[in-house]
Amino acid sequence: MDKKLVVSSSPHIRTIDSVQSVMTDVLIALFPAALMAVLLFGYKALLTMLISVVTAMVVEALWLRKRDLFSDGSAAVTGLLFAMVLPPAPPWWLVVIGAASSIIIGKQVYGGIGYNIFNPALVGRAIVVMSWGTRMVGPIWPQPQPFAFTTDISAVTMATALAGQQEALSYSYANYFIGTIPGCLGETSALALLLGGAWLYYKGHIDWRIPGGFIGTVFLFGLLFGGGFYGGSFGTGLFHVLAGGVMIGAIYMATDMVTTPVTTTGKLIFGIGCGLITMLIRLWGSMPEGVTFAILIMNGLTPIIDNFTIPQQFGGVKKSA
Amino acid sequence: MNITVFKGGVHPDYHKEVTATMAVTPMKAPLTVVIPLQQHIGAPCEPLEGIEVGAQVKMGQKIADSSGFVSAPIHASVSGTIKEIGPYNHPLGRPVQSITIESDGEEKWDEQIKPAGNLDDLSAEDIRKLVREAGIVGLGGATFPAHVKLSPPPEKKIDIVVINGAECEPYLSADHRVMLEKPEEIVFGLKAMIKALGAEKAVIGIEDNKSDAIRVLEQVTAEDENISVAKLHTKYPQGAEKMLIQVTTGRKVPSGGLPLDVGIVNHNVGTAVAVSKAIKEGKPLIERVVTVTGSGINRPANLLVRIGTLVSEVIDHCGGLKDNTLKLIVGGPMMGLAQPNANLPIIKGTSGILALTDEDVYLAERAPCIRCAKCVEACPVTLMPTMIAQAAEHTLYSRAEKLHALDCFECGCCSYSCPSKIPLTQLIRIAKAEIMKAKKK
Repeated sequence: MDKKLVVSSSPHIRTIDSVQSVMTDVLIALFPAALMAVLLFGYKALLTMLISVVTAMVVEALWLRKRDLFSDGSAAVTGLLFAMVLPPAPPWWLVVIGAASSIIIGKQVYGGIGYNIFNPALVGRAIVVMSWGTRMVGPIWPQPQPFAFTTDISAVTMATALAGQQEALSYSYANYFIGTIPGCLGETSALALLLGGAWLYYKGHIDWRIPGGFIGTVFLFGLLFGGGFYGGSFGTGLFHVLAGGVMIGAIYMATDMVTTPVTTTGKLIFGIGCGLITMLIRLWGSMPEGVTFAILIMNGLTPIIDNFTIPQQFGGVKKSA
Repeated sequence: MNITVFKGGVHPDYHKEVTATMAVTPMKAPLTVVIPLQQHIGAPCEPLEGIEVGAQVKMGQKIADSSGFVSAPIHASVSGTIKEIGPYNHPLGRPVQSITIESDGEEKWDEQIKPAGNLDDLSAEDIRKLVREAGIVGLGGATFPAHVKLSPPPEKKIDIVVINGAECEPYLSADHRVMLEKPEEIVFGLKAMIKALGAEKAVIGIEDNKSDAIRVLEQVTAEDENISVAKLHTKYPQGAEKMLIQVTTGRKVPSGGLPLDVGIVNHNVGTAVAVSKAIKEGKPLIERVVTVTGSGINRPANLLVRIGTLVSEVIDHCGGLKDNTLKLIVGGPMMGLAQPNANLPIIKGTSGILALTDEDVYLAERAPCIRCAKCVEACPVTLMPTMIAQAAEHTLYSRAEKLHALDCFECGCCSYSCPSKIPLTQLIRIAKAEIMKAKKK
C-alpha cells in the first residue's frame, strides 16, 4: 500500500454547517421581513436595502482585499440588518456611510468576523442616529402604503407609535402584527419577523433564551409600568412588544452569535438585560426607543456575563468558596 | 428519576445501514499474526518464559502476562512458530513490543483449554480469575481489563451492571451484529458478571436505531426478572460510560469519579460474549468482531478476525481500498485513530476499520470562532469547549484546567459541530496533556 493517507486528530467527520451556511440561513430568515418592507414601503425600501447590502459587501471586500464579494456572507447580513433599522427612505449617502461604518468601525477594526464586541449593524445605526439625528428621530416616518410599489412614500410622514399615547392608540393589534404602521424599514411586521425567527430556531442557529428573555421582560415591564393606556395593562405590555424594534432586535440583533454570550444561562441574562434597558429608555429615558442602545450596552457586558455563567461540569460539585 | 436522554450530543450521519444487515463471517486465520504486548489500559505484558524466537505455540496459549493488577494476559491467536519479538506499529501511533507468530495452519488449540463448568458451581472469585486468565478487556474500544472492573473495592457496593449495546459511533455495526447473533452468550456473560459482583440487577442499553437487537434481547431476557433492556433515543455519544449510566439508571457518575462510585459497573456487549466464551468453552480472547466499512472499502463486511491479523490483510479480504481513499481509521469516525498506513495489527480493542474517500474527509481551512455556541450545546459533560480551546491556543493551561478540561473524554462532539471547523477536541487534548504534565512535576 503506497497510498497517501491523511492523519489527523479525531473526530474525522464534520457537520456540513459552515460560517457561510449559517449566514445564508440568516439571510433566508430575513427574507419575509425584507419582502414585507417592499410591500409596505415600495421601491424606496428595496433601494435602501440594495444600497446597504452592496456597500457592506464592497467595503468588506476592499478592506480584506478579497475578490469574493459574498465570501462568508456576514457582510451581506450586516448590510441587510442595517438597512432594516433605517427609516424606509433615507438619503442614499446616509445608507452608504452607515453601512460602511458598520463594517469598518463595527467589525473590521476589531479584527473582523468573530472578534467584534458590538453588533456591527447597530454600531452603524448608532453612528447615523447621532450624526444625523433629524433624519433618524422625530416625525419623519413615512406612512406605509401597501402594494404601492412605485409610490414615493416619503411624501407623507408622521411619528412612530412610540412617540406618545396618542400615536400608539391610532393603530390596532392587527396593524402592529402585520406591520402596517410607520417605523423602520424592516421592523414593523411582527409576523414576518416571527416567521424568520422560526426558521432560525428550526435550523438551531438561535436559542429561545435571548428572544424569550428580551420579549418577556419588555412585556412584563410594559404590563407593570406602561401606564395601561392600551386597553389595560396587558394590552400595554403587548403594545411594547409589538411596537418599535423589539421584535427585530430580540430575534435578529440580540441573537447575533459573535456579540452575545455563549453560555446557556448567559443568554437568558443577556435577553433579560436587553429588555430591561429597552424599557428603562422607553419609559423614563429621553428617547422614544431604546432597543439599539440596550443591545449595544449588553454586547459590552457579554464577556463578563460569560465568565460568571460557566456551567457546572457533568457530575461536578459546586465548590463552597 | 426517569431520564431517557442526556444533555448535549450530536446526530451525525450514521451510515450503519451499509453493514448492519451483514452477518458476521469468520475471516480465515492469516499466515502471520503480530500480537502487541500492550492491548489494554494498564501495565504492558512481558513474554512468558520459553516464549522466544523459534518457540512453538498453540492456539489459545498464554504467551505474555504482567504482574500488575491492571493488566490482561495475551494469548497466541494461531498455532505455529514465533518468528520475531520486537517493536511493531500499533493503532496508538507508536511502535509497541510485539510477538510475531507464523502459523502452521493446523489451528491446534492448547490442550489446557477446557470448559470451566457450570456457572452455578463457580464462585465470584473463580469468575474473576477466569476472566483475567482469558485476557478479556473492554471490547468497546476502551480496553480496560475486564477482571479489574469485576473486582471493586469491598467498600463499594455494586448493585447494577449496565451493558453497553448503544454502539453510538457512526458506521460501526460489530456490536449490533453480536447482539443479533449471540444474544444468549451476552446474557450468559452478563449473569456471570452479576454473580462476580454480587449485583442485584442489570440493564442492557441499546439505541433505537437497532430495534431488531432490542427485540432479540427482550425475548432472550424475558424470563429474567433482574435483567431489563433499555431502549435509548439514538444520539452520539450515548455509549460513553457516563451518558449510558445516566440514561439507563438515572445516576450521575461524579466528575473525576468512576461508575463504581455510584454502585454501577459497565461492560460492552462484546465483553459479555467473551466472558461467556471463557466460562463455557474455556477459550481466551483471541478473536473479535470487526466492522470493515466506509466509502473507501470496496466490499464492507462484519468479520470475525484473529487478534494480530494485519489491517492490510483485512482490507485485502474486503476487496481492497478505493483509489480515492484519503483516510484510514482504526475505530469509528468520532473517536477512532487515523493511521498513516495499514501495516498494523488488529488488537483486542479494534471495533472497526474505516476507510474514507476524499469526498468524506474534511480538509478545508478553519475560520474564526463566531461564538455560535454549538460546541457548548453539543458537549455532553457541559464544558465550554470554545473557552478551553482558546485557553489552549494561548498556552493558558491553568485556565483550561479551571474550565475542567480534564473532564473532557474526547468524544469529538465539539469539533464535529463547529461551523468554523476549529479543531476543538484536538486543542482540548493538548490542554489535557499539558495539565497532566504539569501535575506530574
